[in-house]
Amino acid sequence: MTQVVTLARRSLNPLSGLTHDPRQRRIVAVLILAALIYPFLASAGLFPSWVPAPTTNNLIVMCYYAVLALGLNIVVGFAGLLDLGYVAFYVFGAYTTAFLGSEQFGFHLSWWVTVWIAVAIAALAGVLLGAPTLRLRGDYLAIVTLGFGEIVPLMFKNLDKININIAGQKIIGPDFNLTGGVLGINPIDPPTLPSPFGKEIIFSNSNPHASLYLILLILMVVFFLSRRLRDSRLGRAWMAIREDETAAEAMGINTVSTKLLAFALGASCSGFVGAFVSSYQTAVFPESFNFAISITILIMVVLGGMGSLRGAVLGAFALSYVSETFLPWAGTFVNPPINSLGDATHVAFFTNFTLSAYNYLIFGVVLVLMMIFRPEGLLPSATRRAELHGEGIAAESTFGTTASVAEAATDFEEAAGELPIADWSDAAGAAAEPTHAADEPPPSNPPSAGGPA
Amino acid sequence: MHHDGAPVSILFRIVANPLELRGPSVDIVNSVPILGPCLADLSQCAEAFKIGLFNGLIIALIAIGYTLVYGILQLINFANGDVFMVGTMLTWIGVSFMGLREGSPASLVIVTLVVLLVATMLITAGLNASIERLAYRPLRNAPTLATLISAIGMSFILQNVGQAIIGPSPRSVPQLLSNKPLFEIGGVSFALNELFVAVITIPLLVGLTWFVQKTRQGKAMRATAQDREAAGLMGINTNRTISLTFLLAGALAGGAGLVVALYYGQTWWFYGFPFGLLAFTAAVLGGIGNLTGAALGGIVLGLIRALNERYVDPRWTDVVVFSILIIVLVFRPTGILGEKIGERA
Amino acid sequence: MTAVATELILEATKVRKEFGGLTACSDIDFTIPRGAIVSLIGPNGAGKTTFFNMITGLYEPTAGRIVFNGRDITGAKPHEVVRAGIGRTFQNIRLFGNMTAIENVLVGLHHTLRGTWWQAILQPPSVRREEIRALERGRELLNLMGLAVRESDYARNLPYGDQRRLEIARALATDCKLLLLDEPTAGMNPEETRQLTTFVRSLRDRLGLTILLIEHDMKVVMGISERVTVLDHGEKIAEGTPAEVQADARVIEAYLGRGAAGEG
Repeated sequence: MTQVVTLARRSLNPLSGLTHDPRQRRIVAVLILAALIYPFLASAGLFPSWVPAPTTNNLIVMCYYAVLALGLNIVVGFAGLLDLGYVAFYVFGAYTTAFLGSEQFGFHLSWWVTVWIAVAIAALAGVLLGAPTLRLRGDYLAIVTLGFGEIVPLMFKNLDKININIAGQKIIGPDFNLTGGVLGINPIDPPTLPSPFGKEIIFSNSNPHASLYLILLILMVVFFLSRRLRDSRLGRAWMAIREDETAAEAMGINTVSTKLLAFALGASCSGFVGAFVSSYQTAVFPESFNFAISITILIMVVLGGMGSLRGAVLGAFALSYVSETFLPWAGTFVNPPINSLGDATHVAFFTNFTLSAYNYLIFGVVLVLMMIFRPEGLLPSATRRAELHGEGIAAESTFGTTASVAEAATDFEEAAGELPIADWSDAAGAAAEPTHAADEPPPSNPPSAGGPA
Repeated sequence: MHHDGAPVSILFRIVANPLELRGPSVDIVNSVPILGPCLADLSQCAEAFKIGLFNGLIIALIAIGYTLVYGILQLINFANGDVFMVGTMLTWIGVSFMGLREGSPASLVIVTLVVLLVATMLITAGLNASIERLAYRPLRNAPTLATLISAIGMSFILQNVGQAIIGPSPRSVPQLLSNKPLFEIGGVSFALNELFVAVITIPLLVGLTWFVQKTRQGKAMRATAQDREAAGLMGINTNRTISLTFLLAGALAGGAGLVVALYYGQTWWFYGFPFGLLAFTAAVLGGIGNLTGAALGGIVLGLIRALNERYVDPRWTDVVVFSILIIVLVFRPTGILGEKIGERA
Repeated sequence: MTAVATELILEATKVRKEFGGLTACSDIDFTIPRGAIVSLIGPNGAGKTTFFNMITGLYEPTAGRIVFNGRDITGAKPHEVVRAGIGRTFQNIRLFGNMTAIENVLVGLHHTLRGTWWQAILQPPSVRREEIRALERGRELLNLMGLAVRESDYARNLPYGDQRRLEIARALATDCKLLLLDEPTAGMNPEETRQLTTFVRSLRDRLGLTILLIEHDMKVVMGISERVTVLDHGEKIAEGTPAEVQADARVIEAYLGRGAAGEG
């Protein structure tokens, strides 16, 4: 009977960066390399128009949604806190960058500095907006976060004419413009780096190559952080809270600080994206932060499989690919005939038909079908699958290594079949020694399991 | 008065409604006390109350749909708002189909509206029940989260269907019911379209309460809401009861849709979201699961919104509404009329 | 048998809990000597669970004082109570169903570990060593409970008896001095119950724990407890050795006078 020490491998591998499995590590390396080369291929015109290949800018959108999905995954997937207003944190990150790197207040701090401030502010927003929700569970938590997701962007939209008078004294005003109102803040300084070739490198939508590299770097960093967090003491505490909050508390977990950490760390990921997107687009507008964004990110997490890191990335890639690249591409074939049909029949629906407008129809259908037929997502974490499908997964491991564990688990099953399950008094017989010798390695064989009653 | 008095969510105002925003420029601190200006011009104040009341009645109708379904399935039926939107859309289709316009003969208008009301409510009731059958029932034993996500999916689907039929921007519905003052009580004038709101919403609210309190099926609903398993053991067909709940919620949403289409004179594919959110807030405010609470919550919200629009700043109305929602949920999660329930450990 | 030691590990003085107008526990004095096995019994609705929940911090007492190991834990949060050294199991097993057996135990070890969120990210050698030690300790506890072969199984897939054991393993992982067992034999057959009884005593004897049981099974209670406290209608009606309690007229009335003691 060999025990597979998957946990140790999972938590303690010094190279536990993006993946543990050497085969997967190669795949990841290839993917990253492909992403690095991709913009050159795309700009070289290697993809004919009948191939729905994403442009470099599409790829950037896919990447930053992946970061957002990873961030929300910490809150929803790990800690089980259904957040329907993730956009609220994102706004803080975006506007922080806008305030500090634009003409709005005349600060022109370097992006490389503001990004950290944005992350910190987003994390702080996570704590502040998370704090009131700590006592709430399930649906109520969802609705309060949804409320924040509505309020925060509205505040940013409305805070363009602030007059605060106290006892007739003007404190702020007249019409102090904090956020630029509906017009937002435009332009915002993009990140720049000195280049060995003379001209400095600008990371904005005018230079998608460089921007792609920047967001890829952010994506890898966030993926790595998520993975480390998941496999830590904190990650276990999050999962315990997700499973049973009362029991988690009764096991010595401070649920308040643990949940706040989930909000803060989840929000900080959106701080990265806020900083990146506002400077990449060199503008922020309050209208671009709405419920649809929060929900889209949630769908990405659900689609990939809640709690699953690869799932979140895949979900984000798939959905943003469909809406950014695939539907507009398919529309070039589908729209014209339908539009001309409309011209012939005078039916407005046909005349104005644009395939990409039905983006959310597809999302909606996908959500419903997924919930009914594959609620665990495309690349589920094993845990989630267990929760949603009930029994019959004893042979699977949370830890990603499948074959060996499954094998070992079968061994256990067989062993359990042969041996009478250890009885209580026997187990107690083995009690004294190991408990007092906490620092010694465990016995190689389970001693008590064999003893017949 | 005209539509601009109607406190439609600014969410939608900014995106699609070009109507000018009324109210003083923001002076948050000085304008918060509503009482002063209200007392200074009582008839203005009464007018605001009237608008709030009528809007509140509409919100109440939708809110009851949320509260009924939540009571029985512990599910926030996100699609409820969109079923309401379908109601506004059906009204628009019916009115256009009949070629009705401002000044059409009264008898034709009345007959059409009665038929439309019945048809709309039947269709939305069927729609809501089908949604339950297709998207929620298969998930009866799954975690609530799965059903909630499925509901969000259905909401998206309905919005897009609405978008396909209505088009991307709002469509106006002819002013069939006059908005000219009909009579006056204490300096407040009432128009035909406002009376229409009251004539439709109040009987529906009363009728529903009667149904749930007094009829056999209503009792089955309440029993199922209390304890689904036990109700099943007592011989109640819980699936049929749940379907009935969705039928009722859908019918009310459809009725509200008809009223909104005629009162606000518009239909729009995105209506479901702001109205739905508002109605859900009302349901929470009144204590979710509580019918009277939902109705009162709707009226209270309508009043708060109307007063805020008139005396504070319409731009902040949604912030005010959601802040109320959050404060209620955080400090009194069972709502104003709800019972206090402690979690058993 | 009388108490092993006279020193008190837990001392509750005039503890009271009211819900609205209802008094669930009325001025209860209750002590547990260090190293003892003490039982709390009483008919359904007697206030046992309420009292239990006040010790474990789920409820804050309306009045009164609870001192554990020389420390005032009145109104402390559940996680603070655990840190003070009180571990517990639940009447209706509350494991982390979608976590493996070893992960459940590691959650129990949570407060004995130090790793912070930034250490989780940076993984300094100290934290890695700590995790290895935690894993070893978790395995020991599983071994102790005869669950070694179940290490990688999800808690929800374990048979009922194993779930009960895993809950005890998880409680022991919190490094408790006082172990509270809430109806540990619920749902067990007589043979399993007998084994558990022996096991509980050996836990005390070998690990030097103090144990508080809430139990319905009179055989269990009378067999292993050194002291028994009986609650009825939120009041303490008797206290003493099992023999004394069994002979007490009020106890007999509480149990037999109103029919058998079945808890729903």
